[in-house]
Amino acid sequence: MQATTLGRRGALAAAAGLVGLSLLPKAAAAQMEAATAAAIRRIIGERTPEEGRVALRLPPIAENGNTVPLTVTVESPMTAADHVKAVHVFADKNPTPDVATFHLTPAMGRAQADTRIRLGQTQDVIAVAEMSDGKLYIGRAEVKVTIGGCGG
Amino acid sequence: MAAPIGQPRVRLPSQVKAGEVIEIRTLISHIMETGQRRNQEGQIIPRDIIKSFRCSFEGQPVFSMDLHPAISANPYIAFPFKVERAGNLEFTWTNDAGEERKLTQAIRLAA
Repeated sequence: MQATTLGRRGALAAAAGLVGLSLLPKAAAAQMEAATAAAIRRIIGERTPEEGRVALRLPPIAENGNTVPLTVTVESPMTAADHVKAVHVFADKNPTPDVATFHLTPAMGRAQADTRIRLGQTQDVIAVAEMSDGKLYIGRAEVKVTIGGCGG
Repeated sequence: MAAPIGQPRVRLPSQVKAGEVIEIRTLISHIMETGQRRNQEGQIIPRDIIKSFRCSFEGQPVFSMDLHPAISANPYIAFPFKVERAGNLEFTWTNDAGEERKLTQAIRLAA
């Protein structure tokens, strides 16, 4: 991390130079609707998830936002000692950002879940994984939506 | 009145070996009314969705899901399961009104 090599002041200056703001410590939080950030906070509190380990697979272009296939996978051995407990999925620009929460167990053998979701417009889909050791990881994928799927 | 919950369907591979990770695929017919739409008189159509899904093996939880209105109509849910022994998988879908649909499917090991 930059903070350890540059010191606090250097890291702040670097962040300010990169994003134009000094209050965004993580790229993950950089671009997100306030409603999405609030929905994530309701679940994980003030903890900050790390980037990585969570992969979202969605079509880059969805012609029909009413049914967009989604696969989420998390890098994990899925053993009793080290597994994924939950994956929370959010659609950043839907009328309400919550999409689903998957509760996983070591009995699955692999950390994956598939479903089909509605997307109202072109946007990022965001997943936050909670591991058995309490660590949090975040991943995202952008989907371009041709016809929105929220029945407006 | 809650919308009808259709017949659930579950697909498992026909041949399963102990130690294998299989994919369980499920589908249930349901309108998944978002609560965002309006009828012809301009009134909001009340939300009515399948809000939860659970799968257990011989009483032990395997996988569950909390669904929100952003899940498509006729929810499709698939997930892996590591087969260790023969037994019954139990599936439960619950709607906003608390009504449930259950399905049990046996895992048999290939000889």
